Amino acid sequence: MRITTRRSRRAAGALLASSALVVLAACGGGDSDEGSKPVEKLGKTEGKVSILAWPGYVEDGSNDPKVDWVSAFEDETKCQVTSKTYGTSDEAFNLAKTGDYDVIAASGDLTARMVASEEAAEVNTDLIPNYEKVYDFLKNKEWNTFDGKNYGVPHGYGANLLMYNEDEVTPAPTSWSAVFEPEEMAKYKGKITAYDSPIYIADAALYLMKHQPELKIENPYSLDDKQFDAAIDLLKEQRKHVGEYWSDYLKEISAFETGDSVIGTTWQVIANSVQKSKVKAILPEEGATGWSDTWMISSKAKNPNCAYKWLNYIESPKANAQATEYFGEAPNSKEACDFASDPKFCETFKAGDEEFASQLWYWRTPVEECLDGRKDVKCKDYSEWTKAWTAIKG
Amino acid sequence: MSIDTARAAVPPQGGPAARRLSSSLSSKPRTRLALLLAAPLTWLVLVYVVALAALLVSALWTVDSFTGELDRGLSLDNLKEITTESLYRTVALRTIGVALLVTVVDILIALPIAFYMAKVASRRMQRILVIAVLTPLWASYLVKAFAWRSVLSDGGIFQWAASRIGLDTPGYGLTAVVITQAYIWLPYVILPIYAGLERVPNSLLDASSDLGASSWQSLRTVVLPMLTPAIIAGSIFSFSLTLGDYITVNIVGGANQMLGNLVYTNVGAANNLPLAAAIALIPIVIMIGYLTAVRRTGALENL
Repeated sequence: MRITTRRSRRAAGALLASSALVVLAACGGGDSDEGSKPVEKLGKTEGKVSILAWPGYVEDGSNDPKVDWVSAFEDETKCQVTSKTYGTSDEAFNLAKTGDYDVIAASGDLTARMVASEEAAEVNTDLIPNYEKVYDFLKNKEWNTFDGKNYGVPHGYGANLLMYNEDEVTPAPTSWSAVFEPEEMAKYKGKITAYDSPIYIADAALYLMKHQPELKIENPYSLDDKQFDAAIDLLKEQRKHVGEYWSDYLKEISAFETGDSVIGTTWQVIANSVQKSKVKAILPEEGATGWSDTWMISSKAKNPNCAYKWLNYIESPKANAQATEYFGEAPNSKEACDFASDPKFCETFKAGDEEFASQLWYWRTPVEECLDGRKDVKCKDYSEWTKAWTAIKG
Repeated sequence: MSIDTARAAVPPQGGPAARRLSSSLSSKPRTRLALLLAAPLTWLVLVYVVALAALLVSALWTVDSFTGELDRGLSLDNLKEITTESLYRTVALRTIGVALLVTVVDILIALPIAFYMAKVASRRMQRILVIAVLTPLWASYLVKAFAWRSVLSDGGIFQWAASRIGLDTPGYGLTAVVITQAYIWLPYVILPIYAGLERVPNSLLDASSDLGASSWQSLRTVVLPMLTPAIIAGSIFSFSLTLGDYITVNIVGGANQMLGNLVYTNVGAANNLPLAAAIALIPIVIMIGYLTAVRRTGALENL
C-alpha cells in the first residue's frame, strides 16, 4: 500500500495535490451484504476494506516507517486495507460517488452533500464500542447527524488560526482585524496571506458577524445576498494587501520562513512546522472557522463489516492519537491524549477545551436553504461562493 | 552469390488471397496511402479533434451545484458568462499581456545568443552551446519554478545581488511570473532562431559588407527579414506555453491568477467541469487567431 507523502489537505488549489493510487489486492471476499438501513449486528468480516481519506489519515508505514497504524488493524481484524487520498472535498465527493470505497473521511463541507445524494449510510454507533469514549461535544452535530440519524463518527478537529511573525508584527494582534481592517493591513501590505479556497469567505463573514451586527449574520456559512456582498467587499479590500494566497501548506511554511508572509490564516500543524523565524498562532477574540472530520460508511459499501471494524479501530484512543497527532489536529477523546508521543499534544491542539471548541465555526457546505434556519430568504450556495472567490482574486 | 539466390528464391509468402491483395495494392497507390495513414490519422483525430469537440460540447453542459451531477442538456450559460463577466476579460488580458512580455523578453535574449552560436562561435563551441541550451530542459519544470521562488524571495539571492546596485527584489507577482516563464521557455525560442540563422548563408553577409553596408545595416536588411519566420516560430512556443500555464503563477505569482488557474479552480475546487471547459476555449481562440496571423508569414514551415 502506498500513499503520497503530501499532507497538504483540503487544499482547494493545492499544487500537486496528487493522490497516488493504492494497490493492495486483498485476500478472499466475504459474504454478508447489508442494505442501507443501519445494521443491527455485525456479520463475518469480509477480509478487506477500501478507504478514502485526507492524506495522513490512513498510514501504513510506507511513507514513513515510524508512521503506521494500519498494520495493527490488519493484524487484529484480518481486514486488508486499500486506501486512496484526496486533496479537496470536491474531489472526494466525485470519488465517493464511484462506489469504490467502503469508508470515507469527510469534513463538514462534504458530509451534507454525501447524505443528500445518498452516498453515505446511516451508522449504528452501538456497533462501535469506542464511540463511547468520544467527547460529547463532537457527537450529534449538524455535520454528522441528519434528521436525528447518525451518519458517521468524529475523527478530530482543528481551527484556522491567525499566525504572525513576532519580530515583524507589533503590537501582537488579538483580533482578525489585523487582516481585515485597511489601516491595520497597510502596515504589512504585500506580506499578508490567506487561505486559497472559497470556504475562506466564511472567515470574512465571521469577522462581519462580530463587527457589523447590523448585517445580522447568524452563521458564517449561511449568507443572504446582502451579507454575502459585504463579505466579498471585505475580501476585495483585503486582496489589495495580500502578498499571496496559500492552499499548499508547504508553501505557507516556506513563505513564513523566508519572511515573504508575516501574518495570515494558518493551521496548528503549520505553526508547529515553521522553523527559523519566530511565529505564533493564536485564536483571535472573534473565534475562528475550523474543521471537524467524520468517518462515514458508503451506502454502496461492499465490505460493511470491515468498514465498521475500521470505524471502531480509528475511534480507539491509540489509533486516533496516532492519526490526529501525525496530521496535527485535536483528537476525538480524552483518552487519546495519553497515547500521544508528545506529552503536550493535547495542550497544543487544545483537545477537549470546550470553550475553544465552542468558538469554532466548523466548515459546512453553504446551500441555498439557509443553514441558520431562515425561511424568508435564499442563501448563496457553494457554487456561488466559488465564483465569487475567483472574482475576489481578480 | 548465395544472397542473390536467396533473394530470387523468396516466393510470395502468403496464399492466393494475400497475393491478390498485394498485387491490387501495388496497382492502387491511393488505397495504399490510405491504409498507411489510417492508424496515425485515427490517433490524430481521437486525440486532437475528438478531444477538442468534447471540450466544446462539455462547455455547453451545466452542473448541479449541490450534488455535483452533470446536466448534459445544452445551454449557452457558460459561454455567456465568460464573455460578459468582467473577471474573465481581466484575467484573459492579463494572461495575454504576460505571454506577450515573456515572448518579447525571450526573443531579445535569444537573438544575440543564437547569432553567436550560428555565426561567431567555433564548431566546438557551437556544440557546447547547443548542449548548454538544451540541458535545462532535462530538469523538471517544477524544480525550476521553485528555484525561482527561492531566488526571488525576501532575502533571497536576487535581493542580495540587486541591493548592490540599489534595487530590490520584485517579490512574488506578475514580474516574477514573467522572469520565471521567460527562463523556462528560453530554449524553445533559441533553438528555432538558431536553426533559422544557420540557414542564412555567410556569403550573403559577405556580399552585403562588400557592397558597403554597415554591420547594423546587414543585420537589419539582410538577416532580419530572413529570420522573421524563425522568430515567429519561436514566439509560438513561448506564447502558447505561457498562455496555458498555471503552475508558475501559483508558485511565484503571488495572489495573481491567469486563465490556467481559473480552469484549475473550476475543475479541482468547484467541480464545475463545464465552466472550466468554457474558460479553456479562451486560450484556444487566442491561439487560433495568432496562428492564422502568422501562417501568412510562412513561419509555420520553420517549426
